[in-house]
Amino acid sequence: MSDRQYMRVRADMPPGHVRTPAYLRGKCGWVERTLGPFPNPEALAYGLQAQALPLMRMRFSMTEVWGAAAANPNDTIDAEIYSHWLEPAEAPHAP
Amino acid sequence: MTDTNTFDGQRWHDMGGTAAGPVPTDQHDFSLWEKRVDALMIVASGKGHFTVDGLRRVLEDMGEEAFETMTYYERWIASVNQNLIEAGVYTTSELAQRMTQVAARGATYGEAASE
Amino acid sequence: MPHDHHDHLSPSGHPYRPDDDHPLTYWQQMEIAVRELLIEKGVTTAAEINAQIDTMDARTPANGAAVVARAWTDPAFRDALLADASAATRDMGFDVGPMKLIALENTPTEHNVVVCTLCSCYPRNLLGLPPDWYKSRAYRSRTVKEPRKVLAEFGVTLPDTTTVRVHDSTADMRYVVIPARPEGTDGWSADDLAKLVTRDSMIGTGLPKSPDAA
Repeated sequence: MSDRQYMRVRADMPPGHVRTPAYLRGKCGWVERTLGPFPNPEALAYGLQAQALPLMRMRFSMTEVWGAAAANPNDTIDAEIYSHWLEPAEAPHAP
Repeated sequence: MTDTNTFDGQRWHDMGGTAAGPVPTDQHDFSLWEKRVDALMIVASGKGHFTVDGLRRVLEDMGEEAFETMTYYERWIASVNQNLIEAGVYTTSELAQRMTQVAARGATYGEAASE
Repeated sequence: MPHDHHDHLSPSGHPYRPDDDHPLTYWQQMEIAVRELLIEKGVTTAAEINAQIDTMDARTPANGAAVVARAWTDPAFRDALLADASAATRDMGFDVGPMKLIALENTPTEHNVVVCTLCSCYPRNLLGLPPDWYKSRAYRSRTVKEPRKVLAEFGVTLPDTTTVRVHDSTADMRYVVIPARPEGTDGWSADDLAKLVTRDSMIGTGLPKSPDAA
């Protein structure tokens, strides 16, 4: 994954309908692939006009997400994150 | 593993990583009324009256107690109804009167649904 | 008309739960009322709702099993499935509707498992409605943190040399696992192979049946 973009999920905790799981907020991962654009569910949920956004399939290491509690550091979690929840991050050495 | 990884502002439905017991193995076959709720959701959202995001938003706002005490499709019909009222497809008053009529038709689902 | 038209067997082969004869609940009243109002307002028809139920009933794990078995026996199809699973399954004749599907291939070194921590997103337009456990708090909570313990509860124990990749269905894509083809099935037809493919093996919580058990 070393040639992929490395990004951090924003650590925001807003109320309301969002599709970014709390356990991934503030965590960094690699862009596994780019999807979309897809309309923003945070607007669709309220019947509002929704902006189309890129959707990133992010890959996180278990260690990044759970720290020392990760039983198998090489295992991974993939999740789709809308682009407005992502910010650039400095890449560590390639996993 | 005492770290429960919960955060201020984390919502009840956002369960990833929280502590829980064994995965249950019970299974039921879907009943006709449940399949009808599912079909109402697909048909009404497919025609643009609301979105799956609207369905989820109301399910989330119904709260954890609803998750623990109502069945899956009971929560779905509550959310489908809420979204349809918000979309102006029918009014709360129309729903109220129809539910009263339905209840008067009989004591079982089969009797009340057969109109 | 005391009984309904849809009194055939469910896809599992069991009868539907006999809810017609149980006391009417508040939420069932609501379902009847909402359905009748939608019909009266011209949003839908009784026939359209019945047709939608039939469409969902026709979507079963057997559809996914046929897709997996073809991927095992047809390298070009396997490549097409990994490139665009919605298009490949549609081309095979399955009505997956607007679902955007990604196929995840298990290998000797990688095992994929699918969960939805935020609700219960599932590749329903290929496999049908999800099992109850998939929607449970326990499965939704634990799979992203301790997948190997969850898999062990399903009877799947993987060596440390196998990487577990958990896929959280958080947004617009749905996922189906292509399990690894069982050893000892050389020369088998796709139809025979499909009989080894279980629902759970396509979620990632199971493995295909052994050819000895077929």
